[in-house]
Amino acid sequence: MYNASDLKKGLKIEIDGDPCTITNFEFSKPGKGQALYRCKIKNLISGNTFDKTFRSVEKVHKCSLISRDFTFSYLNGKDFIFSDNETYDEVILTNDLLGNKSYFIVDNMRVEILFHNDRPLDITLPNFIEMKVMETEPGARGDTATNVQKPAKLENGYELNVPIFINEEDLIRIDTRTGEYADRVSKG
Amino acid sequence: MFYLEEKNKILRNIREYFYNKNFLEVETPIIIKTPCIEEHINAIKCGKFFLRTSPELFHKKILSMGYNKIFEIGKCFRDNENGKLHHPEYTMLEWYCLHVGYSDILIETYELLVFLLKKFNRQIPDKKIFTVKEIFLKLDNWDPITDYDPYRFDDVLYKKVEPYFKEIGGIIFLKDYPVNAAALAKLSDTNKKIAERWELYLDGVEIANAYSELTDSKEQMERFISCQNKRRYNQLEVYEIDNEFINCLDLIATAGGCAIGVDRLLAWLCNKDSLDNFVYRNIFD
Repeated sequence: MYNASDLKKGLKIEIDGDPCTITNFEFSKPGKGQALYRCKIKNLISGNTFDKTFRSVEKVHKCSLISRDFTFSYLNGKDFIFSDNETYDEVILTNDLLGNKSYFIVDNMRVEILFHNDRPLDITLPNFIEMKVMETEPGARGDTATNVQKPAKLENGYELNVPIFINEEDLIRIDTRTGEYADRVSKG
Repeated sequence: MFYLEEKNKILRNIREYFYNKNFLEVETPIIIKTPCIEEHINAIKCGKFFLRTSPELFHKKILSMGYNKIFEIGKCFRDNENGKLHHPEYTMLEWYCLHVGYSDILIETYELLVFLLKKFNRQIPDKKIFTVKEIFLKLDNWDPITDYDPYRFDDVLYKKVEPYFKEIGGIIFLKDYPVNAAALAKLSDTNKKIAERWELYLDGVEIANAYSELTDSKEQMERFISCQNKRRYNQLEVYEIDNEFINCLDLIATAGGCAIGVDRLLAWLCNKDSLDNFVYRNIFD
C-alpha cells in the first residue's frame, strides 16, 4: 500500500480493482488542517478520468503492472493472438484494445504486452514498421518537399497523409506511436 | 529561474519595515530538541533532534524575558509538504509583540502588506474581513463554532471557502476560529467557543496565520496533551512537550504574533501562482 504522501504525478495505483494512473497532482493543506492530496486519475481500462482527493491518513493500493515479450502468431476473426516468447502461452488481444495499432501488426512481429494481474492492458509495438502504398494520387516529379501532403492508402487499408513525392508501390516507414508517415524506404 | 533580486528585495524591505518600528531582529535555533506539537504538522528529523517547523516556541521564551517587539526571518521545515505552493524547506517571517491582541496584529500585517506592495509597485487591492462563522454559514449553511466537525471543516475550507476567496480576490482576513482549531491561540473573553486567530488570504492563497497568543500554561499543556493523543491515534510521531516553553508562558501577560510564508507572499507580489521561482526544488522534486 502507498501512503497518501507517496502519491505523485505518473504513479500507477489501483482503485476498485482497476489499474489507474495519476495524471495531475496537487498538494494542499488548508489552514493548519490535514494534508489533502488532490489527484486527477485516469482509469487505464476504461480510459475515463476523474478527480479524487486523498486525506493524509488514507492508504492507496499499489498497482502491479508487468510487461512481457510476445510474438504475433495469427488472426482469429477480429482477435489478435500472440504467443509468449518464453512460455509459448497464448494471449488474445481484441481489436477494441488495439485500436489503430491493429493496422501495424505484421506476421512474427515482436511486441511488449503490459498486464495488470493477468489482464492485458496495452501493447508496445516496434517504433517503426515498413509498408507498401497501394493507392495515392501520382506524385509530382522532382518535388521533394515534405511539408505538402496528400492522402494515401496502405496495403492493409490504413489511410494516412504522405508527402507529395510518394507514389503507389513505394515502401514507406510509419511511426507506430503516432500512426504518421516517417520516411520513404524505397521507390516502387 | 530563481528570482534572486526579488527575494533580496522582500527580505530587505521586511527588515526595513520592522527596524523602522523598533523591532529587535532575533535568531533562534533551527535544530531543536522537540518541535511545536500540532496535529497535522510533521517535523523533519535531524539526527536525534528535529528541524524546527516554526520559531514560535523560542520567540515566546524571548517574550517571557521582557522583550516586547521581536521578529525573525528564517528557514523552517515541514515533512511531506510538497506541491505548487508548498516546499519542505521555506522561509518564514514571524513577529511577536507584548501587550497586543490579534486585532492589533491584523492592522500591523495590513500595514506591512501595503508597505511591500508599494515597494513592488503594485496597486493596493481591496481588504475584507470575514469571520469563520459568517463565511461558513454563507457557503455551507453550517456554523462550525457551535457544531464542529474537523473533517467537514477542512473540506468546506478547501472546497468552498478558498475557491470563493480566489473568486472575489484581494486581501482577505478570515478570523475567529472554532476552539478546536485554536492551535496556540487564546480563547475569546466573550465567547469561549471562539479562538482569537486569523488567517490571511491573498487572492485565495493562505499566506499568514496570527493569534492573540495563549499564555495560560495549564491550558497550553492540556492542548499539547490532547494533540499528542490525536497524533498517537493517527499513528504519527508523538513529540515531547517542551517544558521550558510551558513554564515561560506564565511570565507573559498578553501577546500577539503572526507567521508569514515569505516565499508565498513573494510569489503573490510577483504575480506567480507557484513557488517554483522562489525555492530551490533541488531534492524534493
